[in-house]
Amino acid sequence: MAVEAPTRPGSVPAHAPTAADLERLGTYPHLVVSWIDDAGYPISVATTFEADSDAGMVTLAPPAGMPIPADREVGLIGSHIRPQPGIGYDERRYLELWGRVSGGRTFTPARAWGWDETEVPFFEYSERSVPQSRRYLAALSQEKGRTIRPRLSPFWLALRTTRLPFLSATAVPVLLGIAVAASHGAFTWWTALLTLIGGSFAHLAINVSNDVFDTLSGADEANTTPTQFSGGSRVAVYDLVTVGGLARLSFALFGVAAAIGLLLVAVTGSIELLWIGVAGIVIGVAYTAPPLKLVYRGLGEIAVALGFGPIMLLGAYVVQTGELAWEPMVLSLVPGILIALILYVNEIPDRRSDAEAGKRTLPVRLSPDTVRTGYLVAALAAFAIIVAGVIGGLFPWPLLIALAAVPIVLRVHGGLKVHYDSPYTLMAVMGTNVNLNLVAGGLLLVGYVAVIVASFIGG
Amino acid sequence: MGWLPDPVERLLEVALVGELTVVGRNGRPVTHPLIPLYDGERIYLHSSTLFSKKLEHLKRDNRVSLALTDPVAMKGNPDRATIQGTAEVIDDDPHSEWERLILDLWRVKEPAIDDFLKMRVALPLFFERAVIAITPERCLYWAGGGTDRAPEAFSAPRQEVA
Repeated sequence: MAVEAPTRPGSVPAHAPTAADLERLGTYPHLVVSWIDDAGYPISVATTFEADSDAGMVTLAPPAGMPIPADREVGLIGSHIRPQPGIGYDERRYLELWGRVSGGRTFTPARAWGWDETEVPFFEYSERSVPQSRRYLAALSQEKGRTIRPRLSPFWLALRTTRLPFLSATAVPVLLGIAVAASHGAFTWWTALLTLIGGSFAHLAINVSNDVFDTLSGADEANTTPTQFSGGSRVAVYDLVTVGGLARLSFALFGVAAAIGLLLVAVTGSIELLWIGVAGIVIGVAYTAPPLKLVYRGLGEIAVALGFGPIMLLGAYVVQTGELAWEPMVLSLVPGILIALILYVNEIPDRRSDAEAGKRTLPVRLSPDTVRTGYLVAALAAFAIIVAGVIGGLFPWPLLIALAAVPIVLRVHGGLKVHYDSPYTLMAVMGTNVNLNLVAGGLLLVGYVAVIVASFIGG
Repeated sequence: MGWLPDPVERLLEVALVGELTVVGRNGRPVTHPLIPLYDGERIYLHSSTLFSKKLEHLKRDNRVSLALTDPVAMKGNPDRATIQGTAEVIDDDPHSEWERLILDLWRVKEPAIDDFLKMRVALPLFFERAVIAITPERCLYWAGGGTDRAPEAFSAPRQEVA
């Protein structure tokens, strides 16, 4: 018997059978043996059996009156589910072997394939099968003489394509920049609103443009373990939207963001704001776009820290005040670091496909222990900046309330220890890490609101 | 209406899984565990375009067999049956045609499918589906499930085969 092993036990690709396959086959209570009958129809029937992994053979109990032919290929399959009343079923697994039968009962396998959802989760199995879906739909389009593509409703397609839920990453620094300005006595509601809208359009534009370049580079295609937090929108991988459509959408979103930015520059008369906006768009596009491709060079985390830190927060501050200042500059490092850490943790499940696509992200370059330690050091550094800023008199003391978010750092760090190698169980950790930015940012906002209220009360 | 014997219809009505065997590319049998649905006449299986090799096989050769063999998946019923027939692949509109044809039958056996459908945005390709409609032609039935005894054999009335 051939001993070529599949790349992972329980994985989908067909392979030469191994002793492990026969041991696995032995765990099924019965098998279904199948062949093509003389009329050309498949015939399949349950049978009992004994699998001998050492000899590489399976002894079948021949079904009465149905001799298993020796002159053609025979299939054997063991399958399992666990019924879940009121739900359906789970614990899906199956193993199919092909080979020849001699003496009416001795089966010698030549090829095997199978799936066990406890070893290859359903979502990963589905992602591995995306090319088959594309092939089928392409052939179906040809057969029917019209284009047949997968679809989603416009609402869900828009949400998925732009990755709308990630806008919280923009809201935190922009609102903080506005709050710092308000604590300094500068606040105009409509420019604040425009800042939030413009920043959001820029963020969505960058999301979409990143998908364009990650699709073209093959990074998204290579990723078979995407999660709701990682792996891109995948709308082009799934052929829900063409790459050209994504590019046009990205240009449109950038156009709106740029128009709002230029309006704000005109209103404030701040040349600094113009440069901040230009830098934001350049960094956002260069994140995945050639020639810089920052994320491919291990600079993605720094790019995100700059974009969602100084550029968003300081930009929002400048819109309100028309000038730069140290307080928002230093404060911007906090959301900058925490949002970069969202990317950093979300890159962990993508690290294998990123490496294949040449994306040298930090989780690709560093050992798991170093990645985990790096997370802890960087996250605690963000909170140390708050403490140092308060001690140094740069920040108002109510910002110390944000330290209440430190336990979340420890929870994420602990989760990374346990779930580092499991993309799907890591999702909960990634969600907690997203919440860290929201909670810390929200608490910083509470601190500034307290300062603003106190200044009103104090006259 | 259908001609399958009552005990086989009872298996089809409760089975959460059956083994569909199709003729593969090289003439070899290829078997897929799938959830069988039954409307009293034809047997329906269905497949996402993600896992559509079986559909490609069926478009080349529409002869199939469906084995109902697992008592655990059939509410403890130990009987077994194998149905041979021909299959029609229905995939004019993989996005929504299957919902009209088989969703009501599907949700009876797998109620959680409605929850999955609400998350269609997360699994868009899983819900691009084709229906496999099987017209039974012959049926073998093993009362009590022991295939060491010869099965009872049934055939479709001649006019229905045509």
